[in-house]
Amino acid sequence: MTIATAAPETHATPEVKSYLGSAGWDLKSWLLTRDHKRIAILYVISITLFFFLGALGALLVRLELLTPAGDMVQADTYNRLFTLHGVIMVFFFLIPSIPATLGNFLVPIMIGAKDLAFPRINLASWYLYNIAGVLVLWAILMGGVDTGWTFYTPFSTTYSNSYVTLTIVAVFINGFSSIFTGLNFIVTIHRMRAPGLTWFRLPLFIWAHYATSLIIVLGTPVVAITLALVAVERSLGIGIFDPALGGDPVLFQHLFWFYSHPAVYIMILPSMGVISELVAAFARKRVFGYHFVAFASIAIAVLGFLVWGHHMFVSGQSAYAGMVFSVLSMLVAIPSAVKVFNWTATLYQGSISRETPMLYALGFIGLFTIGGMTGVMLATMGIDVHVHDTYFVVAHFHYIMVGGAIMGYLGGLHYWWPKMTGRLYPSFWARISAILVFVGFNLTFFPQFVLGYLGMPRRYWAYPPEFQVLNVLSTAGATILGIGYLLPFTYLFWSLKYGQRASDNPWGATGLEWETTSPPPTENFLTPPVVTKDAYDYRDFDETAERRPHLAREEEEYA
Amino acid sequence: MREAHAAHEAHAALQHQFDTLEQQKEASTLGMWVFLVTEIMFFGGLFCAYLIHRRQAYEGFAEASFHLDVGLGAFNTAVLIGSSLTMALAVWAAQVGRGKACFGFLVGTIGLGTVFLGVKVVEYSHKFHEHHVPGERFHWTGAHPEAAEVFYSLYFAMTGLHALHMIAGIGVLAALLLPAWRGRYSAAYHNPVELTGLYWHFVDIVWIFLFPLLYLIGRHG
Amino acid sequence: MWPDFPLVPEAASSVAREVDLLTLGWLAISAFFTTLIAVLILVFFIHYRRRRAGEVGSTREVRTLPLELTWSLIPLFIALGMFVWGVDVFFTVTEAPPDAVEYWVTGKQWMWKVQHPSGVREINALHVPVGQAVKMTMTSEDVIHSFYVPAFRVKRDVLPGRYSSVWFRPTKTGRYHLFCAEYCGTEHSLMGGFVEVLSAEDYERWLATGTTGPTIQASGAELFQRLACDTCHLPGTDPGATPLRAPSLHGLFGAQVALAGGRTIVADETYIRESIVNPQAKVVAGWQPIMPTFRGQVTEEQLAALVAYVKSLGGATPAVAPGETGAEAGEPPRAEETRRGEPGEILAGEEPVTQ
Repeated sequence: MTIATAAPETHATPEVKSYLGSAGWDLKSWLLTRDHKRIAILYVISITLFFFLGALGALLVRLELLTPAGDMVQADTYNRLFTLHGVIMVFFFLIPSIPATLGNFLVPIMIGAKDLAFPRINLASWYLYNIAGVLVLWAILMGGVDTGWTFYTPFSTTYSNSYVTLTIVAVFINGFSSIFTGLNFIVTIHRMRAPGLTWFRLPLFIWAHYATSLIIVLGTPVVAITLALVAVERSLGIGIFDPALGGDPVLFQHLFWFYSHPAVYIMILPSMGVISELVAAFARKRVFGYHFVAFASIAIAVLGFLVWGHHMFVSGQSAYAGMVFSVLSMLVAIPSAVKVFNWTATLYQGSISRETPMLYALGFIGLFTIGGMTGVMLATMGIDVHVHDTYFVVAHFHYIMVGGAIMGYLGGLHYWWPKMTGRLYPSFWARISAILVFVGFNLTFFPQFVLGYLGMPRRYWAYPPEFQVLNVLSTAGATILGIGYLLPFTYLFWSLKYGQRASDNPWGATGLEWETTSPPPTENFLTPPVVTKDAYDYRDFDETAERRPHLAREEEEYA
Repeated sequence: MREAHAAHEAHAALQHQFDTLEQQKEASTLGMWVFLVTEIMFFGGLFCAYLIHRRQAYEGFAEASFHLDVGLGAFNTAVLIGSSLTMALAVWAAQVGRGKACFGFLVGTIGLGTVFLGVKVVEYSHKFHEHHVPGERFHWTGAHPEAAEVFYSLYFAMTGLHALHMIAGIGVLAALLLPAWRGRYSAAYHNPVELTGLYWHFVDIVWIFLFPLLYLIGRHG
Repeated sequence: MWPDFPLVPEAASSVAREVDLLTLGWLAISAFFTTLIAVLILVFFIHYRRRRAGEVGSTREVRTLPLELTWSLIPLFIALGMFVWGVDVFFTVTEAPPDAVEYWVTGKQWMWKVQHPSGVREINALHVPVGQAVKMTMTSEDVIHSFYVPAFRVKRDVLPGRYSSVWFRPTKTGRYHLFCAEYCGTEHSLMGGFVEVLSAEDYERWLATGTTGPTIQASGAELFQRLACDTCHLPGTDPGATPLRAPSLHGLFGAQVALAGGRTIVADETYIRESIVNPQAKVVAGWQPIMPTFRGQVTEEQLAALVAYVKSLGGATPAVAPGETGAEAGEPPRAEETRRGEPGEILAGEEPVTQ
């Protein structure tokens, strides 16, 4: 893509004030901002805090599981810890993560707009997130909730003695935060693209966020009303889901999973969008099969709504319904496989950099493949009977969510960090962290596949002694993984003050975001862009050394 | 003079992220439609729970439904349809720049909406006195007490959620009154009224489904 | 493979190896694709590494459709093939054979209570003879639990208010974990025990040492009288009599039942149980809704006994037409019921039912 006037910039010139400093640093200008970029930064802070809270829950769980006996905390406490881990990680980290941070920052810029369609709704989304966050923290401090993040009835409606209603209110409010983001993205992508930016010239990051937003607006309201019914049932003692009062506990599962399965696609699609961008940028090549990757995102969103019953093969659901869900689950795996093949093919005859974002992208592709294959294993009814509700399932979804989604988030964060902050981070420590994350992750979760097939059920505080070795390996891996997460937290923070200043386009990538300053001005572009090319078009890439001062770091690397 | 004034007003309404008023109008309209889709899914969950429980306990549901006041329900349906008429007229008046007429029709819509809510208050208090409100004080003398309590739980959940949406709608309508009176809406700029109309019609349509499902089970003649 | 570090649990049921084979199938496919992708990535990463600053990848136009079709259709066919295989294994795992002996299980926070057909009861343990197919009909007293025996590769959620079932045919003697696999509260991880599979002689010996009592059908028959069910439904011993106040229960199990209001359902265990605790929920067409509820007056174990008794009154296939009683219901029990006694019959070695 070219803009009308191309001026090679090295860094933000003093006259062009960036969005970071332009409106002042006072708190009010941040807390009442309507700038999508500032809201993205606010979200980075919020979700990072909640990520570490959720990770603390995981750490305590894994410490308890070092020994077969329940000897570190009481059983009740353990149940609250794994619930905390699930609720925080799913609702307060994974669902918002990429859309609310990278999406908020980049969607307007990538399409050449000045902001999202509804900036005030965007800010409201962040406030709703934090109100929900305060409520869930309050619930935790008062003692927490012990139902698991899945709130199965009648345990959650009738038997649990924990702060179920308060937690549900928090999740309910958080749902609206999510809906506002999705609504904003849909309208923005439809109505605010720059001149010349047709649908099939959009970056795949945008396609991914569009598909994600479709899922958000269709699915989230259903879980909202379902959890609201649980809260009402719990408070009033009515019988929608409790059979002792005439209700149906399997109805809860259907309503819950109708959202919660598509929810996992909310968590992975944005990450896949990031990977498309990373692979293109760090192979300096257009993504192979662009149309197929774009359509695959939509196909995943649509098919994702039709497979929820694969969580319920042994629940009492009829075998025939199970068969329908099983075959549809096989279908939904195909577009994901197509993406993996297309990303791999993109590397062929590329010019592949070994920068940190690419390491995360390649790690994602490998780990997502394993996660995806174990997913179709779980969708196979004969196998699921044995491994349902065991550590096999836990391993599967962590391969997708952590090996997939979080690696995509970290890769994207490292890729767009110079754009968002105007700073480069130390690449040595960044690569070390990526490797630690990859190694630590596999050590944590691969043993869990074996544990699950051996029969260790989920949510177990104490377990038979023959499972100990694998649990110890898993906890050891978790420690390494934790260090891998703490390192970026440290050096990225460090780079804000001491990092080398970034040029407009330090990676030499294509995309409208790289044709404005790092960081961008408040209105995103000095001149509104007009788009004349497809995405990832490197044909006009200027290779002459004299006109490449912005690739300073690359020069050092390949000198 | 009026057009110039209207054009100036319209320009003042253009938000910075949009290039033209037309783009802003299209964006906000699409936004309202997407929001209504989320509302369909929101109510949809309740409808789904209702339909499944009704299939499981049809006789109980029919028995419980019989104790709702069909007359009041039908009256409310007429009231709400009437309010959609006044709302549509308010949108028309805004489109042609007739501020005072628009104001009048908005007042009419708010009035009819308030009548609807008033009738619901009456109905709810009837249920309270008959001990048909689910919870500790629920007492059913018919043959299917469990099904009746489930029915009334869904009745209060669905009509209560609907009423909350009506209250929010009346609030938004009230916020349009002053600008309408002052002639702020014209052919060039009337989107807030039009989008409020979309929302109001949606709330009306939800009721059109609620009424037969809740009030008319098994009533044949 | 490695006895000290197993990758799979013991295969102790007739279906275990089938499940393992299915898993192995997917493992082989997964290993192939994962290795393929990993090798390609590694090879490309090295071979096409950036060699100088500012280098760009190939900008050649390529036709993508042939490859896209290939790598869409091949995985699709593999997945569909595995789907079919998976369904086949699923039905093998979940459909009990006709010779399965029925046990009744109640799950509750936080223990499993098992009733043998012979009347023997166990808690958190299950002794069964090797080689015999066993079907567990289960319900919960409180929240959702799940009955899981990894060595048998079977699992089924156990729900309050209804029955679900799981079956297995143990093929190896030994001691195998029984777990609860659906999170159910504080002591979820302690809710379990062992399934002991014994040789036929050891099993007989074990039965003889245990507490004896009436068979579950006999208990049910006794309850049927004590709770005065027979005043409306008539005593079970008289299949020919026509009841005045309530439908006959002979031939009921498995039959189609027309309900007031037009619906038709199949009379399964859940229906029979529901009719005892919530009789107004499904009133049979043509009868008055006068049956009182027994909720709170019977435990789940007693309900199981009553249901087992009603099952023993004949029926058991959906082909029995509604309303048919008399001769067909009075026929001797089929092969699957050989281990159950007739109502009121005292089996050898047991004591008669007392109050």
